[in-house]
Amino acid sequence: MNGHNINSKSGFQWLLKMAWRDGKASKRKLFLFMASIIMGIAAVVSIQSFGDNLKKNISLQSKSLMGADFIIDSRNPPNEQVLGIMDSLGGPNAKEINFPSMAAFPQTGASKLVQVRGIEGGFPFYGTLETIPIAAADNYQQNGGALVDATVMLQYNLQAGDSIKVGEVTFPIAGSLKSIPGSSGLFSSVAPPVVIPYRFIKETGLIQKGSRLDYEFYFFRPDIDLDILDKKLDPILDAEGADLDTHTSTSANLGRRYGNFGKFLNLVAFIALLLGCIGIASAINIYIKGKLRSVAVLKCLGATKKQTFLIYLLQIAVLGLLGGAIGTALGIILQQIFPLLLGDLLPVDVQLTLAPKAIAMGLLLGLFMSVLFALYPLMGTLYVSPLQALRVQEVDRSRSRRGLVLVSLAILTFLFLFSFWLLKDWKYSLSFVAGIVVTFAIMAGLSALAMKVIKKYFPNSWGFTARHSLSNLFRPQNQTLTLVLAIGIGTFLISTLYFTKDLLLAKSSMGTDANSPNIILLDIQTEQKEAVANTIRRDGHPVLTDIPIVTMRVNSIGGKSVNEIRKDTTSTINSWILNHEFRVTYRDSLIASEELEFGEWVPKVTSREKIPISVSDNFARDAKVEVGDELSFNVQGVIMNTVVASIRTVDWGRMQLNFSIVFPLGILEEAPQFTVLTTNVPDENASAKLQKELVRVFPNVSILDIRQILVVIEGLLNKISWIINFMAFFSILTGIIVLMGAVRTSKYQRIRESVLLRTIGAKSKQILKIVSLEYFYLGVLGGLSGILLSLASSQLLAFFVFESAFTPSLFPFLVLFPGITLLVLLIGLTNSRSVIKSPPLEVLRKEAR
Amino acid sequence: MAKILNVNNLGKIYTSGSKKLTVLQDITFDVEEGDTFSIVGPSGSGKTTLLGICAGLDRPDSGTVTLCGTELGSLNEDERAILRNRNIGFVFQDFQLLPTLTALENVAIPLELRGDKNAIKNGMELLDKVGLQNRFHHYPSQLSGGEQQRVALARAFSNKPSILFADEPTGNLDAETGEKVIQLLFQLNADAGTTLVIVTHDLELAAKTKHILRLKGGKIIANQETTAL
Repeated sequence: MNGHNINSKSGFQWLLKMAWRDGKASKRKLFLFMASIIMGIAAVVSIQSFGDNLKKNISLQSKSLMGADFIIDSRNPPNEQVLGIMDSLGGPNAKEINFPSMAAFPQTGASKLVQVRGIEGGFPFYGTLETIPIAAADNYQQNGGALVDATVMLQYNLQAGDSIKVGEVTFPIAGSLKSIPGSSGLFSSVAPPVVIPYRFIKETGLIQKGSRLDYEFYFFRPDIDLDILDKKLDPILDAEGADLDTHTSTSANLGRRYGNFGKFLNLVAFIALLLGCIGIASAINIYIKGKLRSVAVLKCLGATKKQTFLIYLLQIAVLGLLGGAIGTALGIILQQIFPLLLGDLLPVDVQLTLAPKAIAMGLLLGLFMSVLFALYPLMGTLYVSPLQALRVQEVDRSRSRRGLVLVSLAILTFLFLFSFWLLKDWKYSLSFVAGIVVTFAIMAGLSALAMKVIKKYFPNSWGFTARHSLSNLFRPQNQTLTLVLAIGIGTFLISTLYFTKDLLLAKSSMGTDANSPNIILLDIQTEQKEAVANTIRRDGHPVLTDIPIVTMRVNSIGGKSVNEIRKDTTSTINSWILNHEFRVTYRDSLIASEELEFGEWVPKVTSREKIPISVSDNFARDAKVEVGDELSFNVQGVIMNTVVASIRTVDWGRMQLNFSIVFPLGILEEAPQFTVLTTNVPDENASAKLQKELVRVFPNVSILDIRQILVVIEGLLNKISWIINFMAFFSILTGIIVLMGAVRTSKYQRIRESVLLRTIGAKSKQILKIVSLEYFYLGVLGGLSGILLSLASSQLLAFFVFESAFTPSLFPFLVLFPGITLLVLLIGLTNSRSVIKSPPLEVLRKEAR
Repeated sequence: MAKILNVNNLGKIYTSGSKKLTVLQDITFDVEEGDTFSIVGPSGSGKTTLLGICAGLDRPDSGTVTLCGTELGSLNEDERAILRNRNIGFVFQDFQLLPTLTALENVAIPLELRGDKNAIKNGMELLDKVGLQNRFHHYPSQLSGGEQQRVALARAFSNKPSILFADEPTGNLDAETGEKVIQLLFQLNADAGTTLVIVTHDLELAAKTKHILRLKGGKIIANQETTAL
């Protein structure tokens, strides 16, 4: 008997033919399976595609983002070496000094924290200075006018021709500034740009000791090799306290920042896809169970194990590919929404094109994930004995358990590989996979526990319809677990978003009592301190804190100078330690946001030899220092030798001044310094009045109104959470499709049951009540599991990560939970219409066809 | 006449939890080529189990089965499938047509499995033979019980089997339809020269075959030619 030859003749074509023949009879069922993954694929592809487009556009528009080919910048006026380097490059084509400062509007008396940009030269060389009127961009320097951010113009009802006072100088407003290279992102929302001619900067009187200045020198050199320039000059400039930024490196950094957010969104979208795949697994499980008899018959007729397996595998693979294709197409359309959602958070105008990588990813994901998740149920066909054509037989469970383990490992490996491809970090990827497994396991556990509890404490005293619908949750071939997972995970994601947003906002909010500062005054010179404090007190407000600030740079670490460390290619000390100008304070005690981790706190010293300082944990980590290690600092020309006496953990998230380095009392009192004062004002009017008074008398003092910053942060968080919500909503949508699939799959079973009930006398109203209650229970179970899990995880986040109290938002309870329950109920009822309305015989006849 | 089926000292035990149930014990018999053979007995006597083992659908716990010159115990599952496709036809009590395939497609499957390029054409001829020339493209749910069983007969004979196993072929049919189906079965059998093994509790049907094997409690209590009963 030459069996091989006989069956190989049938070959792949026959398998496809059989897959098609069998599949076309189950079109609607299979379409719903496919729909389960469409939403998830669409979500992932839309993020990936938009992210690719954004990266491409940032790269293409990098020159216009910077306005030049490269910049040399410094926090101090460039020294001789830096000037020499710039001369050797042919000299800068434009220059700028920028710093935050208060600006006053004489017409209205209002004032605002702005980013003053004093520009000279033809900047920008790429991109545009977009102004209204257009001519203002060309003539503001010549005419000595100011360009004011468009939002500020709107906010303070300003027109071209009005005045703006910056420091001691009042400028006519030449025009409204719509966009300028180098001004975007969160900081521009807090301190929007005001552009003035460079020549007036000194006159403003705002260049003082301790001012936070940025000196920028713009170079227009389209033919220069930026990589070589960067490699050659950057280390030299770093040593002189300056920095070289090319348009390519800046855009790469920007791309990375947005890329990180995109990765996070992709992971959220991936969860929607996972849900869809769980829906597939559950639906295919029931689908295959219904095919086992046919498989047995095929085996009787001579089909091999492999052939029967491949018939259904082909069906799933084609569905997966088709679902991937539809999901990809939908995702490409959906990405159009992101520019609308992100708005001015985007640094560039994004031209959307087809991203081949995203398309390929969508198709492959559809194929692989469908096959992977359907594999275990499909393996059931391998274990079917042809004897099942004669009688029902028990499946060999030991073989199928092995298969379950193998398939589970394959799925986990795929999850890990996909997240690693996204995150490029094996630790994060493992954490993500572990997080998913734990979340799904807990959700499944909650569902199983609920079922157990219901079974154990079954309410026998309830009426028939309520009891019957409850027991339907654990009927044979129920899909309760799948549905609770699908609904629960979506609810969990959205609830967690709301709770986390609340945590972040609570974290950054100031206290409402009079002892919590809500106004911070920066850049107060020593000789101004008393007068500023008196102004605050005169207005009836307290001076809460008086923080001295001394600027200094690291000179050496462990006896090695920073220049030596820079040249040492084996050094692991972070470059920001070597290049940064630190703002340092001195005091005798810790503050609320600090906790001593190692060493001993020294409040005061008299000796200037080996000054015991306290450093923050992140400083210690990046500078590679421990308690007892020695550092020296250049304090504006004076070298101070210090030793690390203690290391503090600092809660940088708190809205107050925190410091990487703290000196004890007795050392820096005579050093050149400026002061930060804080106060508490009761309301916006009091804040405006105080600001107006301070800006009038002390124009160099910058004023941070924490309330206004919080508004900006809240706006940003709302925008971000909108986007995450949008992604998480895909999970809900997927859950709905999975629910519809589950309802359809069990439809015949329900019909038979309803028909039987009606035959023995149940009224339509009673059937309706049974069906309604069953879906109501499912909605409640799924929604509640999701919210409870979200509450627990948010509480843990609050306790361990944010170290703050947690007051949950009401939205998940009042809107999400009832909304989800209602949705599940509606979907269930809509798909069960025929069950409820039709007469028994008609229903049976219809189903028989 | 050559022996097409030889069963020697066959035994089968089913395990249910901790209990062992002896379904068949010391079964030995032969079936000659071209013969018509029935296996009768009350419910639970092991007839369907015996049929399944003889057809290579299941394995005995003891003894041997030699079918078409091949000892079935030496074959793996795929080899058995190939043997079934080449040499064996099946007729089931509940027809066992594939519900998602039309009547014609159901009949053509065994032919397609062996790579017959004229599977559809041959299928049409067979359906014609059983009087279903107008039902090629109907699905099983659109056919009556008798029509379904006729499709099943056509399918069973499609690969010109050496032996055909029928498990209660008229069990789900009314008497009149059942009679027609049996006539068709024997006619096709005579035309094709196939050996016929029927499991039935219908003694009238059994009487139409040449040999009857009678089972009770998993053991043979009689193995005779029909004229002797």
